[in-house]
Amino acid sequence: MSNVLLIDFGSTYTKLTAVNLEQAVVLGSSTAHTTVTTDLNDGLMIAREKLKAITGDIVYEEQLACSSAAGGLRMAVSGLVPELTAEAARSAALGAGAKVVKLYSHELTNSDLAEILTIDPEIFLLTGGTDGGNRKVILYNAGRLAASGLKCPIIYAGNRAAADEAAELLRGHDLTICPNVMPKLGELNIAPVQEQIRRLFLARIVQAKGLSKIEQLISGIMMPTPQAMLKAMTLLATGTEHEAGIGDLMAIDLGGATTDIYSIADGSPTAASTIIKGLPEPYAKRTVEGDIGMRYGLSGIVDEVGIARLSELSQLDRAEFEHWCQACHDDPSLLPLQQQIQAFDFALAGMAVKIATGRHAGKLEEFYTPLGVAYAQTGKDLRNVRTIVATGGSLIYAPRLKEILTFALYDPQEPGSLRPERANFLVDRKYLLSAMGVLSEKDPNTALRIMKKELIDERSHSQKA
Amino acid sequence: MDKKHLVIGVIGADVHAVGIRILEFAFREAGFEVTNLGVMVSQEEFIAAAIETDADAILVSSLYGHGELDVRGMREKADEAGLEDILMYVGGNIVVGKQPFAEVEKRFKKMGFDRVFAPGTPPETDIYYLKKDLGLLDQAETEADQQPKAENGGGEE
Repeated sequence: MSNVLLIDFGSTYTKLTAVNLEQAVVLGSSTAHTTVTTDLNDGLMIAREKLKAITGDIVYEEQLACSSAAGGLRMAVSGLVPELTAEAARSAALGAGAKVVKLYSHELTNSDLAEILTIDPEIFLLTGGTDGGNRKVILYNAGRLAASGLKCPIIYAGNRAAADEAAELLRGHDLTICPNVMPKLGELNIAPVQEQIRRLFLARIVQAKGLSKIEQLISGIMMPTPQAMLKAMTLLATGTEHEAGIGDLMAIDLGGATTDIYSIADGSPTAASTIIKGLPEPYAKRTVEGDIGMRYGLSGIVDEVGIARLSELSQLDRAEFEHWCQACHDDPSLLPLQQQIQAFDFALAGMAVKIATGRHAGKLEEFYTPLGVAYAQTGKDLRNVRTIVATGGSLIYAPRLKEILTFALYDPQEPGSLRPERANFLVDRKYLLSAMGVLSEKDPNTALRIMKKELIDERSHSQKA
Repeated sequence: MDKKHLVIGVIGADVHAVGIRILEFAFREAGFEVTNLGVMVSQEEFIAAAIETDADAILVSSLYGHGELDVRGMREKADEAGLEDILMYVGGNIVVGKQPFAEVEKRFKKMGFDRVFAPGTPPETDIYYLKKDLGLLDQAETEADQQPKAENGGGEE
C-alpha cells in the first residue's frame, strides 16, 4: 500500500488529503481551522485526527505540503516601463505563486522606499531594461535598495549588461542574479526567475514562517499554494507522456479577499487579420485580482459594477443589498446561511467572476483603416477554451453555481472580451486541486487520474442558453 | 563595439507590414541593434520601447496617408517621458495626396522630427543619415561626404 498525505497550509485552514497511489483514489480529506495566532502544528494535529477517523490508522510513505500560510509569499517588484518590464516581472512573480504586494516602475522614490520597508516583503524582484538597453534606472534602484536597509533576499532579473555593477552596489545583500525577465523587447523569459523564487521560498521563507518544525515531520514543503494550483491545472490540460490531458482550460478560484484566474492555453489569435499587441503571455497564466473577493474584496466589486446592477441581479432592493454589504464588512466570516444573503452572494459571485475573467482574458479591438477593418489583440484569445474549472469555497458550495460560472463566458454585449464561447464546468468539490499540484511533482500520472475522476462535470452550459 | 539602438515601426492604424521588415534587415545589416515594433504601433509604444531599450533613435514609418495626424504631439510626449535628446525620423507616404515635399518636410520638422524622408527613399539614405547624426561616420567618409543622392527628394536639409 503506497499512501501519500498531502497537506495545504492555508492562512485560515489546513487541509489534508490522503491518497493511495496504486489505486489512484482519494482515501479521505479533512480540514482544521488555523489562525495567525495558533501554531500551524496544532492545526495539522487536529486535521490529522479528523482524517484518521475517516481512513483509519494508515501509514504514509510520504507527506508533502504546499503553503500559503501567514499571508502567502509576499513580494515587491520593480521594473522600468509599467507595460513592459514591470508587467513582465509581475507576471513572473504571480506565476511563481507569489502575492505581488506592490509593483513599482521607473526610479524608486523616497516614499517608495519607505513603503517597501513598511511592506517588509519576503522577496524583492528588481528588473528593468532589456539586455543592453536602459541601465540607468535599474542601477539607480539597486543603489537605493542597497542604502535602504532592506533585509529580504533580492532577485536581480533586469538588463544583463548592468548585472555586475548592480551586484557591486548590492554587495552584502542576499542577492541572486537571474536572466532578464525581458531579454529583448516583447520577449518574456520568466521561468528562471520563477525557479529562483521557489528556491528562496523553500530555503528561507519556510524557515522564517515557523514551518520548519513541521518540515521535520513531513518530507517537505514543496511550493506556494498558488503555484501548486497552476501545476495541477497545467497537468490537467496537457497530460503526461502516458495519458492525455483534457486540453485548454480556464480555472476560477473565488475567495474572500481575492480572485485568482488561471488559463492554460496558447491564446493566439483565431483570425488571420489580427495583429498582436502588448507582451506575449505565458501558456500557463495566473492573474490575481486583489480588489475582487466575496468579503474583504467586496467593495471592489461594488465599485466596478455599481450597487444598481448588483441589487438587480440579487433581486434584493437597494436598502437590503446595502444592509448585507455592511453586515459582511462588520463580520467577514459571515456565511450564506439564509435566503437573502444567498441572493446577495449570488450577485457578488457572478460579478466577481465576470470582472476577474474579463481582466484575465485578452481583448480584441476593431480598427477601421483606409485598407479596411483590422483587429488588434492584446492578451490571450480564450474563445476556443472549452473547460472551466471552479474552485474555492465561495464557488464550490454555491447553490447556483452554473449561473455564476456563466458569467465567465463570452458575452455578445462585450464582443471585445475574449472569454470562452462555451464551456463544460468542472467543480473541485473535494477541494483537492492544490494537493494534486503537489502530488504532480512525485507522481503526475496518479494526480492526473485523480483529477479526472474527482472533478465533477456540471454539464455543458452556454451563455444565455 | 557598442551598437546603436533603433526602435522602428509603422504608426497608427496602418497595416503595411512588408516595408518595415525590409528596413529592419537593412538597418541590422548596417550594424544597428533594431527593435521592430511592426505595424499599428501607437506613439506610446514607440516611447515605451525606446525607454526600455535605451534607444538612440526612433524611426516612424507611415504609408497610408494619415501619418501627419498620427505623429502629432509625439516629440512632446517623448520629451515628457525623459527622451529629450532622442533622434526621431519619419518617412513614407506621410501625407494625404501629392504635396510639394519641401512643405511636407517643413511641417514635420516643425513637429520635432530631425529628418523627414520622402516616398521611395532607399534604406541606404536613412542609414547614411543615421550614421551621420549618431556620429558614426569615420573621418574619410565625412570628408568625402559621399552621401547618396537623395533621389526622390530625400531627407536633405
